[in-house]
Amino acid sequence: MCPFPINKIREDFPILRQMVYGRPLVYFDNAASTQKPVQVIRAITGYYETDNCNIHRGVHFLSQRATEAYEDTRKLVQRFINAASSCEIIFTKGTTESINLVASSFGKQYISPGDEVLISIMEHHSNIVPWQQMCVERGAKVKFIPIHENGELDMYAFRKMVNEKTKLIAITHVSNVLGTVNPVKEIITYAHTYNIPVLIDGAQSISHLGADMHDLDCDFYCFSGHKMYAPMGIGVLYGKEKFLEALPPYQSGGEMIKEVYTDHTTFNELPFKFEAGTPNVEGVYGLRAAILYLQGLGLDNIRNYEQEILNYATDKLTAMGDIRIIGTAKEKISLISFLIGTVHPYDAGVIIDKMGIAVRTGHHCAMPLIEWYKIPATVRASFAFYNTVEEIDSLMEAIIRVKQMFG
Amino acid sequence: MTISELQEQIVSEFSLFDDWMDKYNYLIEMARSLPIIDERYKTDQYVITGCQSKVWLHAETRDGKIFFSADSDAIITKGIVNLLIRVLSGHTPDEILNANMDFIDKVGLREHLSPTRSNGLTSMIKQMKLYALAFKTKSEV
Repeated sequence: MCPFPINKIREDFPILRQMVYGRPLVYFDNAASTQKPVQVIRAITGYYETDNCNIHRGVHFLSQRATEAYEDTRKLVQRFINAASSCEIIFTKGTTESINLVASSFGKQYISPGDEVLISIMEHHSNIVPWQQMCVERGAKVKFIPIHENGELDMYAFRKMVNEKTKLIAITHVSNVLGTVNPVKEIITYAHTYNIPVLIDGAQSISHLGADMHDLDCDFYCFSGHKMYAPMGIGVLYGKEKFLEALPPYQSGGEMIKEVYTDHTTFNELPFKFEAGTPNVEGVYGLRAAILYLQGLGLDNIRNYEQEILNYATDKLTAMGDIRIIGTAKEKISLISFLIGTVHPYDAGVIIDKMGIAVRTGHHCAMPLIEWYKIPATVRASFAFYNTVEEIDSLMEAIIRVKQMFG
Repeated sequence: MTISELQEQIVSEFSLFDDWMDKYNYLIEMARSLPIIDERYKTDQYVITGCQSKVWLHAETRDGKIFFSADSDAIITKGIVNLLIRVLSGHTPDEILNANMDFIDKVGLREHLSPTRSNGLTSMIKQMKLYALAFKTKSEV
């Protein structure tokens, strides 16, 4: 293994020190939510101990300090994802809200009856349902790009599906079930030759691959804090300034207002136009700490280590026999969905849990994809940089136990 | 045996195991003796929602008593449904409606099973009681 300081890193995550069912906790549900390092936990408690207040409007000391931290974090996010301007960074509750915001505001502005929104069959429900709902309201249609058996997008079909009715393409950077890294840059370049904007769901990619808005050139990009070691309830919507300027507000009230008269209201400028209500300031403090933590480790180092973990787990699972890996794309993040012989994933999950290992079983909020594979569900082990090869060995032991019990 | 006697019987069976593995092995064993639902009822109409695995449940009455049959695509779930059926099958709608199903807690299944699973368990019990209510209403008309 590479000289990644794994033992030191694990010390930063207090939750990993506990025993469950008398065994050391093995946390392999990182695609659902990641654990938080003490640096993030301290940032949140620190906020409440010294900085808590409502931001943006107070002239008092605390408000100025918290506002500064909040707005500095916006600039930090801007640099983290290499966006052109900090006014393109909107704080939201998470990816789901970011996508809902775009679906609602973009739909109102640009979608007419007969139009089409192109997504893929491997999307998370949060990148399906907002488009479905918007399209129902506006008489438009959602179309699904198919995939190949190995879990890669069918790019030939994608190109065929783009036509003059296509008004937006919304696609995940990484599949939460398959681990596939999609060729989003290729998709964006192709879409832009037809002047079609593209939204990228970065929920599963941000903590593994980072993101570069300048390089990708996508029009919208969404991610959640809690999947990148930050707290729950904070996320980001990146949008190109020209689009964010053109879109109507999503929700109203609070900081998004400029002036209110009895007969009309004027709205604040970007990014505040899209941040209605009192913001999640503690979440932003936590997000700042998480980004600094990731930058401290280095995204390249994280990626290299996680790829080693992924390869180790894939080799072990393959060598075990009678394991079907769902999602064998050439480019994957550190996540494996699999089936153990004919054992129902639920049965497997119950036993694996009893061995102290947290995996996810079910359809992973991607029912159309599970349906496409004609399987009932999968067992999913998703790894983070604090996971170890020894933990993967424990998972293998648990799988052997499952096979013994249900074989 | 009454419903509460049957529950006590199951509780005492489970008290023999101090290891979770044995408990689950016993559930897997129980899955084998589940009265399997007739193929023609294995349709969406008979599916119970709220479970991670699929559960089909059917009920019929004979001499004023309700008899259940079921199936699931997961074995542990089959074992659990069979426990419920052992307790409730062959009783009158009133007995089923009034049954207190606290044996689930006593055998340590609710505390050991994940919340999603507990919800599934709750849905199964609710569905069995709904059958009882339906048969009771029908017989009173």
